[in-house]
Amino acid sequence: MFDLDRWQEIFQTLGKNKLRTALSGFTIAFAILLFTLLFGIGNGLKHTFEKSFNDDANNAIFIRSGRTTKPYRGLQSGRKIQFKNDDYKFIIDEFDGKVQFISARIYKGVQAIYKGEQNNYTVRAVHPDHQFLEKTIIDKGRFINVFDLKNKSKVIVIGRLVKEDLFGNKIALGKNINLSGISYKVIGVFSDEGGDNEERLIYMPITTAQSIYGNNDYLDQVNLTYNPAMNLEQAISFGNLIQKKLKDKHDIAPRDQGAIRVSNMAEANKNVGMFMLFLNAIILFIGLGTLVAGIIGISNIMVYIVKERTKELGIRKALGATPKSIIGMIMLESIFVTTVAGYGGLIIGVFTLKAIGSSLEQYFIVNPSVETYVVIGATIVLIISGTIAGYIPAKRAARIKPIVALNDE
Amino acid sequence: MIKIEKLHKSYPIGNDSLHVLKGLDLHIKEGEFVSIMGSSGSGKSTLLNIVGLLDGHDSGNYYLNGQLIENLDEKKAATLRNKFLGFVFQSFNLISYKNALENVALPLYYKGINRKERQKIALQYLDKVGLKNWANHLPSELSGGQKQRVAIARALVTQPKVVLADEPTGALDSSTSHSVMELLKEINREGMTVFVITHEEDIAAETDRIVRLKDGVIISDEKVIKKATV
Repeated sequence: MFDLDRWQEIFQTLGKNKLRTALSGFTIAFAILLFTLLFGIGNGLKHTFEKSFNDDANNAIFIRSGRTTKPYRGLQSGRKIQFKNDDYKFIIDEFDGKVQFISARIYKGVQAIYKGEQNNYTVRAVHPDHQFLEKTIIDKGRFINVFDLKNKSKVIVIGRLVKEDLFGNKIALGKNINLSGISYKVIGVFSDEGGDNEERLIYMPITTAQSIYGNNDYLDQVNLTYNPAMNLEQAISFGNLIQKKLKDKHDIAPRDQGAIRVSNMAEANKNVGMFMLFLNAIILFIGLGTLVAGIIGISNIMVYIVKERTKELGIRKALGATPKSIIGMIMLESIFVTTVAGYGGLIIGVFTLKAIGSSLEQYFIVNPSVETYVVIGATIVLIISGTIAGYIPAKRAARIKPIVALNDE
Repeated sequence: MIKIEKLHKSYPIGNDSLHVLKGLDLHIKEGEFVSIMGSSGSGKSTLLNIVGLLDGHDSGNYYLNGQLIENLDEKKAATLRNKFLGFVFQSFNLISYKNALENVALPLYYKGINRKERQKIALQYLDKVGLKNWANHLPSELSGGQKQRVAIARALVTQPKVVLADEPTGALDSSTSHSVMELLKEINREGMTVFVITHEEDIAAETDRIVRLKDGVIISDEKVIKKATV
């Protein structure tokens, strides 16, 4: 294999037959290039999709309340359903083990003032688990904890943009902010991948909000994540079960769709999963199609090359070339050409994706890229098929009696 | 050097078979300059292919350099060809993208001789056929006679026991034919066994012994009575 003489012979053959070499090289390079580009763009679509579902925990269930639309158990329709602390506890008690994280939410609009800077924000009063529900990233300090909850502490965690608005580049941690007349201590700064709106929020302990802004135990919303050990089907029926139990608890007709609204990520995930599956199938189909086209291309060229060389091979045999050396020569040539050309196609493809990648974002294609192992795998497949495609005619050529080959014009 | 006993060979043609060689007996000693004469279809090319180990025979015995040729696989045949035989073809059969020197050096490559040595030996033989200055020319840049000289140099380069020439002058005009025959004679004078196949009387007349073949049998085998050399 690493016989220098043999390689010199191969390089000479390749160099003296440039058109032939270029043709077979081009086929492979083009197939790999197309494969890389199509696969990369497909992946880009996938990334867009993944990104838009990355805001919240992907096993979250959000429970909101509304007004009843049907009369039930002697109660009129149009009745407003208000969640309270006992609904939160009810879910914890009822579904212990099935719930991973749980937090209620209360929303409150506030005007925040800090040393002359002021702005309007939404306060989201929550339980400590909320950090994990919303995938909140703590940049500085800490999130709300159980002690804050117990003590109804006047502490807040502010979003990255709130901090920028009010503090600029100065340190926010430990400072006091006036929210609609009441002073709160900043204990943390967070960021969120969900976008600017999420980073313009202020978190505070739910007990603090309840005692200051209403002196009641009302809740606007309950969010939870289901135990990730559950599969999608189990999670969906779990969501339905919560809805059913809450309806029963609040005397709501079982078929009333408006009063308790449960949005379950499991359902969305199921749809996303289906779409991803579909997308993956398309990408796979395109990729395989390109590969098959490449394989057919290289096979054709190999058959043609060997046919064209029949006479030369006959001469070589008459001069003492063994069949093995003939087969070896053709195979090494084809492996060499396909490897070099395939690698070339790969490099061009990857660089093209990098170059055009950012300009494709308006077409919902984010970070189009190909996993290295996929392209290398594809290249290896093409090399192997090129080899096999070369081997069969080479073997046949090596078997032809030299005298037949010599008479071949 | 070459000994053939009751050699038979037939080719299948559809369901039939064509009996081409019908029990030939031939003995060529070392250093002989023999020509096989015959019209087309007489079996002379078939004989050369068998002698040249390019094709197998059906029955009979063939001894090359004292060695009985039987059950030849491709690899063994290739090695024996490389070692004992040098070929000169009617259509030259040079490799078009290799220059004269590389063409001559090719059998040495299959003999496993290193590149430098190959080039050196090949150049010696090109010099011997008077084409040293044409070493770097491609076959397409050479005349027919020059191509055949390159082919002869290629046949000789492995120092074979026998040079087999199949219509070596078939594609050449008479004056070039003559000079090619002179070259073969010279090689023969140096001790090489030369085995020429031809259908031209005057070419055959330049050899030492003429074997006439007709319809697969030898009809005559005689020494050429040399005219006094001038």
